Amino acid sequence: MLSIKNLHASVEGKEILKGINLEIKDGEVHAIMGPNGSGKSTLSQVLAGNDAFEVTSGEVTLNGEDLLEKSTEERARDGVFLAFQYPVEIPGVSNLQFMRTAVNAMRHHNGEPEMNAAEFMKLAREVSKQVDLDPAFLKRGVNEGFSGGEKKRNEIMQALLLQPKLAILDETDSGLDIDALKVVADGVNALRSKDRAILMVTHYQRLLDHIVPDYVHVLAGGRIIKSGGRELALELEERGYGWLGIKDEATAASPAN
Amino acid sequence: MATTDQEVNELIKREYEHGFVTEIEADTFEAGLNEDVIARLSAIKKEPEFMLEWRLKAYRRWLEMKEPDWAHVGYPKIDYNSISYYSAPKRKEDMPQSLDDVDPELLKTYEKLGIPLHERAKLAGVAVDAVFDSVSVATTFKEPLAKAGVIFCSISEALRDHPELVKKYLGTVVPHTDNYFAGLNAAVFSDGTFVYVPKGVRCPMELSTYFRINAANTGQFERTLIIADEGSYVSYLEGCTAPMRDENQLHAAVVELIALDDAQIKYSTVQNWYPGDENGKGGIYNFVTKRAACIGKNSKVSWTQVETGSAVTWKYPSCILRGENSVGEFYSVALTHNYQQADTGTKMIHLGKNTSSTIISKGISAGKSSNAYRGLVKFGPRAEGARNFTQCDSLLIGDRCGAHTFPYIESLNKTAIVEHEATTSKVSDEQMFLCRQRGIDPEQAVSMIVNGFCKEVFKELPMEFAVEAGKLLEVSLEGSVG
Ligand SMILES: Nc1ncnc2c1ncn2[C@@H]1O[C@H](COP(=O)(O)OP(=O)(O)OP(=O)(O)O)[C@@H](O)[C@H]1O
Ligand SMILES: [Mg+2]
Repeated sequence: MLSIKNLHASVEGKEILKGINLEIKDGEVHAIMGPNGSGKSTLSQVLAGNDAFEVTSGEVTLNGEDLLEKSTEERARDGVFLAFQYPVEIPGVSNLQFMRTAVNAMRHHNGEPEMNAAEFMKLAREVSKQVDLDPAFLKRGVNEGFSGGEKKRNEIMQALLLQPKLAILDETDSGLDIDALKVVADGVNALRSKDRAILMVTHYQRLLDHIVPDYVHVLAGGRIIKSGGRELALELEERGYGWLGIKDEATAASPAN
Repeated sequence: MATTDQEVNELIKREYEHGFVTEIEADTFEAGLNEDVIARLSAIKKEPEFMLEWRLKAYRRWLEMKEPDWAHVGYPKIDYNSISYYSAPKRKEDMPQSLDDVDPELLKTYEKLGIPLHERAKLAGVAVDAVFDSVSVATTFKEPLAKAGVIFCSISEALRDHPELVKKYLGTVVPHTDNYFAGLNAAVFSDGTFVYVPKGVRCPMELSTYFRINAANTGQFERTLIIADEGSYVSYLEGCTAPMRDENQLHAAVVELIALDDAQIKYSTVQNWYPGDENGKGGIYNFVTKRAACIGKNSKVSWTQVETGSAVTWKYPSCILRGENSVGEFYSVALTHNYQQADTGTKMIHLGKNTSSTIISKGISAGKSSNAYRGLVKFGPRAEGARNFTQCDSLLIGDRCGAHTFPYIESLNKTAIVEHEATTSKVSDEQMFLCRQRGIDPEQAVSMIVNGFCKEVFKELPMEFAVEAGKLLEVSLEGSVG
């Protein structure tokens, strides 16, 4: 599905990603953990094509196709979905209209007929139930005045509507109460399928109790310094990042030997 | 994130859709302005005698007036003698008696503009008056309107058929002494629309006028007069387009609205004059005086405008709130792009007790354009309990454009209440990235974001025109992603 080789990226002249290597196969769920500022969101944004970040070297392919040469919207239509760590507000644009425009852009790309307002409304109501969002949220402006947890559920709702091939979830679990965490985890598990891959960024092992990952990676100082199975997450929970030779972002810049 | 700017810029570049010229035989006066031209104009229109005097008085006064230079816009000096003051499509009879008499070329023009006079009128139940250069070419739905007692015709016709009504109200809201362009208009106005809704009548359909400037080097000076008698209601919409020409064309209109006791007038404008090309060449100079007098108690006037066209716009639809409890509203979306300049806003003059007004202004600037809101809220000494709410929002697309807000408040009454809110925002890179990450085209994303920004105003437009306005924004924004 996704293959990342020696990826370097910088923002405003400062190198953040310093040689990322990662292979994700169809059906797999990978978790990325790591200290604040280590580059997890940067990696997510670079994969989605945010041009605030400059890719200086390396290659990324999605199902064999060069991902980096494509525009953000082309990547999205090819099935790359990013659930944002900090979803932005679009005042006045209703959530419903926004989601329908997105779904129709995707359908158009796939040669399927567009959904009219009534059809989409029906679908959206169902999916909103799945993430436990009151359908009233469909009428509100995109993320406008949503609480942190509501924003995250709204992101998962979009993933469920768009049925991506590669879902990148950037800290979709942070800021959620216990019930919401369960709802979001159920949503992500519903996404799980043998022809879909999921890359989740998280700080907490507790999410991984609900969504059991196939692999866990530790990203520090712009590199993946350790990979393992889900037991690695448990170990990190117990021991922190110190034993890996990282204390904080400053030392993370020059990881273990 | 510099890249979105670039994209926006590319997107903004779509061309003006209505920029074709219609090949039509026209009677056009030679360029120039003097008393003789005015006399000929009045004669050709078979106006009653008082009109010629009225015009000449305005002309003589205009000669002594100075062109205003205080608006936040710049344009080369206009040579008023290089303009032709009358151009009319030639036709066999004096005036078309019905749509069947209208030159097929003209009907085609309106169809190209998306205003098929027959069908549209029938389908939408909207009565249309179409003004082509200096004359009104067709007014649809006259009969059902007449049955309701509503007079809806060109102002030239009104001068012939209802001179007493015109004489009573013309120039009472915007006197010829009001400003330079109003003076010029009074002297040379060629055509426009006249509406009279009698006592207690709710006008059975939307009324609408489409203005089009076709002939080269011609100015369009239309005059609209709408009178809503006691307890009546009317909703009126005007739309405007012009061909793409390299030279600038002048449009100096005057609109007067009069609302008597308990009457309501809703006046909506979708203005899409040719804005000039991407280098700022050509385009319409749109200098318009629009004013409403709420003379009756409990009367109400709403101005809703969507302004996307013209090279230079200078326009302040205003309300004089004289009647007790009268209400004035102004909802505006003004979009500027490339080298367009817009200086627009409103004046709410509160004279009567408990009068209230609402101003919602949405300015959108893209490219290298400049967009200014200028608003005056004034409370006279007798405006006990009057109140105003103003909200002025500006949205910038890219970083080479500008937005300016000039709110003026003058109060001579201590009990008056004013609330003012203003914001400036940008179509942010984060918003663009979110939309694009969801597979949405950048162009569609900008238009969606801008439409969201304008929502409060669009919801004031009659249904079918709200959709049109949204599309118009989309077209006007093309090549603007930036
Ligand atoms: N637009 C930007 N301009 C300047 N620096 C940036 C920008 N975006 C990210 N950075 C920097 O890049 C580094 C990595 O940031 P990133 O958001 O990828 O970290 P993260 O691993 O997601 O952290 P967290 O766990 O706190 O979310 C940080 O030092 C951050 O300050
Ligand atoms: Mg992050």
